[in-house]
Amino acid sequence: MSQIDSAITTANPIYKPPPAWRTTLGMLWRDKFAFAAACILLVVIFCAIFGPMLFEDVATRQNLRGRNAPPFDLSRGWLFILGGDQLGRPLLARIIVASQNTMAVAAGAVACSLLIGTGLGLIAGYTTKTASQVIMRLADVIMSFPSLLLAVIVLYVLEPSVGNLVIVLAITRIPIYLRTSRAEVLEVRERMFVQAAQVMGASTKRIVARHILPVVAPTLITIATLDFAFVMLAESSLSFLGIGIQPPEITWGLMVSQGRPYLTSAWWLSFWPGLAIILTTLSLNLLSGWMRTALDPSQRWRLEVNKEKAKND
Amino acid sequence: MRAFLGKRALASLISLLGLIILVFFLSRLTGDPTSLYLPLDASLEARENFREINGLNDPLLVQFGRYMADLAVLDFGDSIRRSEPALDVVLRAFVWTLQLAAITMTLVTVAAIVIGSLAAFHVGGLFDRIATFFSLIGASAPDFWIAIVAIVTISLNVAFIPTSGTGTVWHWILPVGVLFIRPFGLILQVVRSSMITTLGAAYVKTARAKGVKNKSVIFVHALRNALLPVITVIGDQAAALLNGAVVVETIFGFPGVGKLMIDSILQRDFTVVLAAIFVTAIAIFVMNLIIDILYAVLDPRIRY
Repeated sequence: MSQIDSAITTANPIYKPPPAWRTTLGMLWRDKFAFAAACILLVVIFCAIFGPMLFEDVATRQNLRGRNAPPFDLSRGWLFILGGDQLGRPLLARIIVASQNTMAVAAGAVACSLLIGTGLGLIAGYTTKTASQVIMRLADVIMSFPSLLLAVIVLYVLEPSVGNLVIVLAITRIPIYLRTSRAEVLEVRERMFVQAAQVMGASTKRIVARHILPVVAPTLITIATLDFAFVMLAESSLSFLGIGIQPPEITWGLMVSQGRPYLTSAWWLSFWPGLAIILTTLSLNLLSGWMRTALDPSQRWRLEVNKEKAKND
Repeated sequence: MRAFLGKRALASLISLLGLIILVFFLSRLTGDPTSLYLPLDASLEARENFREINGLNDPLLVQFGRYMADLAVLDFGDSIRRSEPALDVVLRAFVWTLQLAAITMTLVTVAAIVIGSLAAFHVGGLFDRIATFFSLIGASAPDFWIAIVAIVTISLNVAFIPTSGTGTVWHWILPVGVLFIRPFGLILQVVRSSMITTLGAAYVKTARAKGVKNKSVIFVHALRNALLPVITVIGDQAAALLNGAVVVETIFGFPGVGKLMIDSILQRDFTVVLAAIFVTAIAIFVMNLIIDILYAVLDPRIRY
């Protein structure tokens, strides 16, 4: 008997779905643009974390002989492949070092607004009407505020540091998450499994955290990815206008603005940091487009069908 | 319709009030304008006099009460810097911004709708890929960088296109061109995806089966229904432009309301800041109303 059992199991092994990270990675590999985007973002994240450690010295060492050194000239070493800036510092190293501030501001702002906005949205969607009204009106006020103006006022009053930039940008982005999560909660709370949980006596806290949040999360993460690009552009604009991060700290936006006086003689000073911004935001846009499909159960087949096709071919 | 209008006006009024309170107190935090406008060696008397004239001596709450009372009769006070009514200063700048926004959004809307619809017609075709690629880049590029690149590549090589300022038709080309790119990329993507959904609808297939020409299937049958989500995005983008394209206005020396707001904050010209916020808020309110009416025009099922 036991022999037969084991024979059956060996002949017909129970189908085991591959682990989740492998299917995700497979779906990513199938969309080549999204895959390239993910690679670029990984490089940027690596630069942001380790860049300053590796290149801080080189990036701040001035060398007046290499002032505005032209790009694609390897005679000064590979760090000068993108040229040198107005004080003869290698642009490549500076871009790598600047990625830390740029990423830190954007990541901090997105994380803060995601957490606060989602929290408030869950409260607005799942509690009393008065709380919801107050929160939504508050969101209206923030939405009608020209965000750049708010940034200017606050950064003028406070010191323009990384922390304050994060606060300002986070405040202006909160309504996006708040509105989305509230709208989703209003829809999800009427579904059968939430009612079932209520009937079984789950506490509100548990229902929100264990039943509603997981349903809402994919949408929010997709929006956050897209928003990351937006916040990066906003931070760059602020730094460009001179009210964001102040020198000697650097961000990509600030580098573009520092290169502006040399536009006619040394275009590369502004060009490369701008290109870094474009590449990163473009990657984020591509990746968020992919996530919209991959995280949506009703759309996911678009990425999985290709696999079947590829097998048959 | 009237009830809807009243409700909307009330909601907007509340958020406008919140906005004015916020800006009033926040902007006072930036400091006392006295030391900015009087010379360093101005006597105490002169400083006191300056504060008295501009009503800066009273407690903040009294100042606020007086401001609100004046606001009730639409008196925005005088600009400290220019010694003329703040509203005049703002309206002068706002006319420029309005023109810029109107021209840009008209071009963007027409271009995005035409190209987006054509791209959606052959999904995955060459035209679609090119359009999608460029719209993605357009939506990702920082406008200040495009402006700089445009100055270097176009303005310095083409003699009749100036780098900044206003005056001739040629002065408009670069600001409009730079402002065009981002909204164009965003709206094109929405047009495309919305159009793809609509083209799959049963009534479009019916029209095709009847033998209606491709052109009129797209632009007569499908477009009208596909436009609803597009209009929302157009509204958002237009609102952003009405708030002033600060960066582009700064780079091209364009005397718009965005630049005015930032300059006024830096010069602590509070009355101008508040007047500018008031004017743009009303403009955005009107524009949102127009968009709501457009919804109803496009889709007769929508009633307010």
